[in-house]
Amino acid sequence: MAATKEEVYTKVQGALVDALGVDEEEVTPEARLVGDLGAESIDFLDIVFRLEKAFDIKIPRGELFPEDILTNAQYVQNGRVTPEGLKQLEARMPFADLTNFSANPVVQDFGNLLTVQDMCRYVETKVGA
Amino acid sequence: MRWFWIDRFTQFESGRSATAVKNVSLAEGHLHDHFPGAPLMPNSLVIEGLAQTGGLLAAEHNDFEERVVLAKVAKARFHFSATPGDTLVYQVTIDDIHKDGAIVSGTSHVGPRLQAEVQLVFAHLSESVAGSKSLFDPASLLAMLKLLGVFEVGRDSQGKPLNVPASLLAAAGNQA
Repeated sequence: MAATKEEVYTKVQGALVDALGVDEEEVTPEARLVGDLGAESIDFLDIVFRLEKAFDIKIPRGELFPEDILTNAQYVQNGRVTPEGLKQLEARMPFADLTNFSANPVVQDFGNLLTVQDMCRYVETKVGA
Repeated sequence: MRWFWIDRFTQFESGRSATAVKNVSLAEGHLHDHFPGAPLMPNSLVIEGLAQTGGLLAAEHNDFEERVVLAKVAKARFHFSATPGDTLVYQVTIDDIHKDGAIVSGTSHVGPRLQAEVQLVFAHLSESVAGSKSLFDPASLLAMLKLLGVFEVGRDSQGKPLNVPASLLAAAGNQA
């Protein structure tokens, strides 16, 4: 049976509480992983491990956080993602809202994009919630 | 200086759990600075010992072919400080092991007393990060594993005595 959205949210919240050492109340849908919850790059590996275990899914490297695009000179120029790169990001990350990032696509700000809700949407695509 | 923060494995079950001991001694020079007149085993080195115990357990799962590094201390809680004369017993279990790394939980006990609890995240360094070199040269790695008694107490996933992986033996032999 497919998980409900509430079940997905609860498990994502649990994974983030364990991985980031934050309180449950801090993990709101709008909370940004980096900006609000203090995630660092290595935490994404930890989060991926915990989501894989919690939902019994496989998360291919780069799917949740497309670092390959952001380090590819073809898609990044002068620290900004090119229009072509933005198209790649949109195709790869249908679960994330890229509207604000697209307006000023500074690579450095990318890490601050993902929210708890994005993570839930991503997991929902994997488990069919 | 040799960076050994465990003295010996006493139990090692491939892919599952391991136990190692660390004897804290006044012969360790650093304890005389930490602190003068009041020697305390630094808790950071307890984490290091637990990471060595868990890291070797995680590495063995892939026949020591991955470059396993401690990526993150997800949790660490200490209940008291170990002092010279204490024997710390480090017990670790693999919570989860992946292509890209592992999550390991561990405890440190002095006798029946819980001294520390940790959860550690290990990453497998990819070739793009680390190049094609191993972290250890195979002969040194094999010598270290033998010194720590991994193959004396080790059991494979079927409960049979743990053998030196053929690939490691070959690499170490080629080097000698």
